[in-house]
Amino acid sequence: MFGPLIVKPSKSKGDKTGSWRIKLRPRYLQKDCIACKMCVLICPEGCVQGKEKNTYIADYNYCKGCGLCVQVCPKSDIVMIEESPEGDKK
Amino acid sequence: MKEFLEGSRAVAEIVRLCKPGVISAYPITPQTHIVEELASMVANGELKSQFVNVESEHSAASAVLGAVATGVRAFTATSSQGLFYMAEVLFNISGMRLPLVMTCANRAISAPINIWNDQQDSVSLRDSGWIQLYAENIQEAADLHLVGYRLSEDKSIMLPVMVCMDGFILTHGMEAVDIPSQEEVDKFLPPYKPLYKLDTAEPLSMGLLADPDYYLETRFAIQETFKGALKLIPEINEEFKSRFGRDYKDGLVEEYFTRDAEKVIVAMGSVCGTIKEVVDALRAKGKKVGLLKIISYRPFSYAKVYDALKDVPKVAVLDKAISPGAYAPLAIEVKAAFSGRKKSPKVISSFIAGLGGRDITPESIKEIFAKLTQKEVNLEFIDLKPELLKEEYGE
Amino acid sequence: MFKAGHTACAGCAQSMAARLVIEAAGSNTIVANNTGCLEVFSTRYPESAWNVPWIHSLFENCAAVASGIEAALIYLGKKDTTNVIAQAGDGGTADIGLQAISGMFERGHDILYVCYDNEAYMNTGVQRSGLTPFYTNTTTSPVGSMFLGGNIRPKKPMPEIANAHGIPYVATASAGFPQDVQRKVKKAISIKGPKYMQIHVPCPLGWRHESELTYQVARLAVETGLYPLIEYENGKLAAVRKIAQPKPVEEYLKVQGRFKHLLNNAELIKQIQEIAYNNIEKYSLKVASSE
Repeated sequence: MFGPLIVKPSKSKGDKTGSWRIKLRPRYLQKDCIACKMCVLICPEGCVQGKEKNTYIADYNYCKGCGLCVQVCPKSDIVMIEESPEGDKK
Repeated sequence: MKEFLEGSRAVAEIVRLCKPGVISAYPITPQTHIVEELASMVANGELKSQFVNVESEHSAASAVLGAVATGVRAFTATSSQGLFYMAEVLFNISGMRLPLVMTCANRAISAPINIWNDQQDSVSLRDSGWIQLYAENIQEAADLHLVGYRLSEDKSIMLPVMVCMDGFILTHGMEAVDIPSQEEVDKFLPPYKPLYKLDTAEPLSMGLLADPDYYLETRFAIQETFKGALKLIPEINEEFKSRFGRDYKDGLVEEYFTRDAEKVIVAMGSVCGTIKEVVDALRAKGKKVGLLKIISYRPFSYAKVYDALKDVPKVAVLDKAISPGAYAPLAIEVKAAFSGRKKSPKVISSFIAGLGGRDITPESIKEIFAKLTQKEVNLEFIDLKPELLKEEYGE
Repeated sequence: MFKAGHTACAGCAQSMAARLVIEAAGSNTIVANNTGCLEVFSTRYPESAWNVPWIHSLFENCAAVASGIEAALIYLGKKDTTNVIAQAGDGGTADIGLQAISGMFERGHDILYVCYDNEAYMNTGVQRSGLTPFYTNTTTSPVGSMFLGGNIRPKKPMPEIANAHGIPYVATASAGFPQDVQRKVKKAISIKGPKYMQIHVPCPLGWRHESELTYQVARLAVETGLYPLIEYENGKLAAVRKIAQPKPVEEYLKVQGRFKHLLNNAELIKQIQEIAYNNIEKYSLKVASSE
């Protein structure tokens, strides 16, 4: 008999930390992006993904709205906008 | 094959036959010879282990924790101050349900500093979740390591085992010991198959934070597992007897002439050898005396103690450790065995002896039998020297 | 390898650095973690952010646990194909963990030790540690009417202590330079023996700044010379990140609430500027000007 001890990562979904955002969220304009990947590197959640230019976006299920991606983007292609219940609309 | 060996060497030989992959220990008297022997065996190629010379006991226990977590059998040994230094790691190992065997060369606790034998060190860690087995002689100390690995790695147990052997008395004493062959050991002790381990092929996380919603069940599980150990220890000893010819009965207690005895002493460890000699001498004179030797202190078999002593009118419990401010540790367990039961000895007296290595002689044992009268003794120190007692210091 | 869904504070540089480290090290890595913010927010039963084998034991023993893991891997013949990382915060490294890490260095285990330096015991409430810099306001070195400066002890020179053990590679890094972090991790992993990496990770909560400024604060620490980015190889200073125009330390101090008490105290700021100048001199951080 054991009890709660070991966790297999595949079984762990994590908390939906996107619910932490109350005021602001990052909007990925996907306009002037040069695919430098600084947003991918800098995100503390590791929830930014993309492949070619103008395809990078955060996973809003996990994004805590810290604003770091906005600060590092060399092309200012990410902006903080007001959090809204409808989500990010282009 | 019988050889005349020092206790530490006998333990090292058995551990070598158990083939641990990682050995990590920090020297402390009187455990030193055990790890020195093992280091020598590794250096001579007789034992293919990774020998990690750590910088403290805390790190020794941590290193073997890491090794067992990676799926490799490991070994460490310590004593007194070292045992206390690694205390938090010991709770960690049992809490993570990692199998391990560790020798505790019982030694008194500082302050005052004293390198000689008593059982305060391991007895003080009775809550650590480790199985604790106490050896009477060198043969038993060696055999308990083999039984220990088999018990510890059993999938229904997965708890660490502390083999307690009295420091100097057993570690530095010499005896004719039967060391089995590698083949015999391999038939009794299969290779370690972990239930879970750190492996890049199958990642998992160990040692997570368990908040109030989760912690309680892990502790319940350990408590239940100790009940299972009470059943498994006799089974393993039965198999041990059939393979190696040595009979430790149920491996939990040993009844030595208790059945018709009028006076019985209950004790753990090497002092049982002395008590057996006194019992033999007194029995030859027609006195009905006996010994109940406790082998497994954790799990403690209240049922076996009850069964062995329920018809014995007078019982004396000999402790080599104290619990200041309360009754002696082993005495409390023995008294608890009769609480609320139909039958009970009329008198259960508690005696403390041997602290700091003060010799327990046959005369001391006879004194205990003599002091075992109708009047129950709550706690009395044997061989005390009142002239050494100061009332106060200062002006 | 380090999944989203952990409960670090928004803008936490330690979570970012931990992800950078394990991504650079790769999936053939076993991690031993000390107690601290990282361990607590990434593994709360039944959640775990780690997609590599990961173990947490106690506050001070990750280096010893990692030593045991490394020994077991050698015994199994798997050490050549498996990396071992021991990681901890600054408290678990320089204070309570110093014994274990020193032993690990001395025995020469093939382990990369990563220290996430947020300059205080953050997990227990921002108490000062041996790596808390001069004049920082923490809860156990608070600014009060009798003590205007806060923490009055300099930072323990952990990289130099590590280097003095004779290990092959020591490096400092910063969350403000994420590619550099990964480059150094990859380099460390390729070297056999004990390696030490100290990554400067701003803590928005403990340092009292907005979460989005984490990156800038980390860069300012480096650009003022207060946190030199250096590499020691086999005992010698092998590489440093040069600073073209060192910024005055006041620019770094004024963005953080933990240094608020210094802003009107020119004398104390001057002492901190001295530390920066000393670093620039000691490690030759200034870009050489042409004659």
